[in-house]
Amino acid sequence: MHRACICLEEEGIQMEFNLENVSPDDRKEIERNVFFGTIEQLKGWARSNSLWPLTFGLACCAIEMMASGGAHYDLDRFGVMFRTSPRQADVMIVSGTVTKKMGPLLKRLYDQMPEPKWVIAMGSCATAGGPYVKSYSVVKGVDQLVPVDVYIPGCPPNPAALIYGINKLQEKIRYEAKTGKRVIDR
Amino acid sequence: MSEEIENKPNAEQPSGSAPAEPVAEQAAPSPESAPAEQPVAEQAAPAQPTAEQPAAAQPAAEAPRKETDEEKAARRKAAFEAKQAAKAAAAQAAAEAAKAAQQANAATPAASAAPAASAEGAPAGEPPAPPAPPSPSQPRLNRVVTLLKELVAEDAVEESYINEPNDHLPTLVIKNEHWLQSAQLFRNHTELACNYLRNVSGVDYETYMEVVYYPWNMDAREGYCIKVKADRELPSVASVTPIWETANWNEREIYDLLGIDFPGHPDLRRIMMPDDWEGHPLRKDYVPLDPEV
Amino acid sequence: MIRTEELLLNVGPQHPSTHGVFRIVVKLDGEIITEATPVMGYLHRGTEKLAENLNYTQIIPYTDRMDYVSAMTNNYVLVHAVEKMMGLEVPERAEYLRLIVMELQRVASHLVWWGTYLLDIGALSPFLYAFSDRERILGLFNELCGARLTYNYMRVGGVKWDAPDGWIDRVKTFVKDMYVRLDEYHNLVSGNEIFLARIKGIGQYDAKTAIEYGLSGANLRCTGVDWDLRKAEPYSLYDRFDFDVVVGKNGDCYDRYLCRLGEITQSLRILEQALEQFPGEGETMGKVPRVIRPPAGEIYVRIESPRGEIGCHIVSKGKAEPYRLKFRRPSFVNLQILPKLLIGENMTNMVTILGGIDIVLGEVDC
Repeated sequence: MHRACICLEEEGIQMEFNLENVSPDDRKEIERNVFFGTIEQLKGWARSNSLWPLTFGLACCAIEMMASGGAHYDLDRFGVMFRTSPRQADVMIVSGTVTKKMGPLLKRLYDQMPEPKWVIAMGSCATAGGPYVKSYSVVKGVDQLVPVDVYIPGCPPNPAALIYGINKLQEKIRYEAKTGKRVIDR
Repeated sequence: MSEEIENKPNAEQPSGSAPAEPVAEQAAPSPESAPAEQPVAEQAAPAQPTAEQPAAAQPAAEAPRKETDEEKAARRKAAFEAKQAAKAAAAQAAAEAAKAAQQANAATPAASAAPAASAEGAPAGEPPAPPAPPSPSQPRLNRVVTLLKELVAEDAVEESYINEPNDHLPTLVIKNEHWLQSAQLFRNHTELACNYLRNVSGVDYETYMEVVYYPWNMDAREGYCIKVKADRELPSVASVTPIWETANWNEREIYDLLGIDFPGHPDLRRIMMPDDWEGHPLRKDYVPLDPEV
Repeated sequence: MIRTEELLLNVGPQHPSTHGVFRIVVKLDGEIITEATPVMGYLHRGTEKLAENLNYTQIIPYTDRMDYVSAMTNNYVLVHAVEKMMGLEVPERAEYLRLIVMELQRVASHLVWWGTYLLDIGALSPFLYAFSDRERILGLFNELCGARLTYNYMRVGGVKWDAPDGWIDRVKTFVKDMYVRLDEYHNLVSGNEIFLARIKGIGQYDAKTAIEYGLSGANLRCTGVDWDLRKAEPYSLYDRFDFDVVVGKNGDCYDRYLCRLGEITQSLRILEQALEQFPGEGETMGKVPRVIRPPAGEIYVRIESPRGEIGCHIVSKGKAEPYRLKFRRPSFVNLQILPKLLIGENMTNMVTILGGIDIVLGEVDC
């Protein structure tokens, strides 16, 4: 009786629950332990809480990403586990400067990731070229190559800023799931 | 001066063994600094070099610190005066060194064995006198020039001078055609024996290009600076990769960024830029093809 | 019929163990490497070209990002070069601060190396230990200059920020704790049989080869050559302190490992002495003209970064910007020996050897 369970509704199809012959205590229990939602919301909740990033550390921001993964600013508590293969990753955290030599490879790795996938541009080099914006060999922002979901400013951003950015992505995923905007068509 | 590490697997106290030998080490730096200061600090703190020796012999860990505090002021004073004298003399020496390049001047007694390391305060022994005192690296420079003249070619060396601010580094400008032979001389000759190539840089002066080498003799701990000029249109400098393996990627980088060709290099291709990049970015007249991306 | 073919394996720029965007194209015969071609340039950002339009103080942040794991030493090489060219005097307190942060940086850099090297070899916990200690150092730097990784701390003529109250005491506490932690590290890893079996005898070369290839830092000292720029060509205040140069014997990965861990101990020793001698008050900036214009000329200075000899070659035409600024990066030069070391090695040792050279790609590509 005292179980938490999630009731699912298909969109549009309602299921009725007969709550008349349930005692007030049990009703309160039910209200506390039973959630209503959609499958999309459930998927959004699951995806946001287990984002598996691709280890894509390019430059200095990679060291801060490693520090975020370390013991002090633990990323594992958010469900974030670094995966080395793009086939197993959800999110690509582009941390560091993207050069013109690296650009095609970045695009290829992005294409190799299965849907749904997201991109976090970490640091000012990935956002818009950073301090190297006037250089001949730097791509001025990774959004010239792949669609970016979250931009994290900083040079390099503090691990706390990276965690904030990841939280923002998690909120975005849940929001898109809730409001019905499908993640696939963008 | 060095500590050998053996059988570290079971080391419990790696830090414990190290402080046992601070005293032996401390005796080593003080004789090195004393001769450098002696020619300079003759009017300031003559007691200072003698004060250092007995103090260094004390085994207590606190005593070296206390005597450092005491002679800190003396050392600072000596260094300040050395710098004053050196600045005044360096201004004259810079003007005179270029002229004095071909003369074998009488060297100061410390200079015969003194490489660049101790030369900082050394050239000025007295308040600035009209003839600039010769640089301690001057005899070395003259010897190199003589060797190159005899063994490579009469006109191999275009210019030679002492680079004062850079620890009196003997600098030579060698003609492009004689560079390979000169490099072999630098490597193989017993007096020069430069077996370590520290740095290779390319510079683009607008009318010509230049490659700067810094060979170093690891055993005698002394080095030189060699510049080789090249044409701007089709710049080409003989590759020294067969002589010093360090030059391999350095020359590739210079080729990639500046466009200087290195005949004799085993594998000259682009290293930093993508293989199909057009142009040589570090040139002064480089215009990027796609500045908007 | 069974036959073998040569396999061309691309250890690509995106790889967990290549320490950055570094690519090695490896020809394999079974599991033995027959040829290895490194490809780099995936992080070439054109610092040297950008420097030709910036004045010297503006270049300092760019130096941070070259060898981003040890940014203070990079800062120092540039400001030292300019100060030498101009003959500027740096006040004592500033010089002590510089030395203290450089040695702290050396400890932090070797911790990163240790953690990631062991991660590559397969040990997962030392990474967490190393980064946890490193967080303490970065916290100290954060207090001092406001940044954790790219400090932009030194200026031509001194340093930008003075030590806040109690900072010196906190560094002293850290140094004491770090000695204990270092013993823990040795206990944890250095005697482990699996670790020793993976590391001893791998990637061996002798002193002559090392000098031939222009190696520096622990890569040179592991072969027995006693060459540490802090002792051989003392810069800053290193001649006031008493420390040993850690030299190995065999020139294999194990000796490099011990050299680097020994260097942490020596850095802690220098730090102890420097903190004792730290002047109570003083200026943090010397007398520097408003516009920094070194006289026309050339200079090449070099210092001992945790990776080796980092050098700065400046050609100046008397203007506020350098005419040509070239950095001699230790990782770039040290990496040249990699193809030679890999030939004939087992595939599994590739990561061990590459990690032992201790490269930082920001420095390789500049």
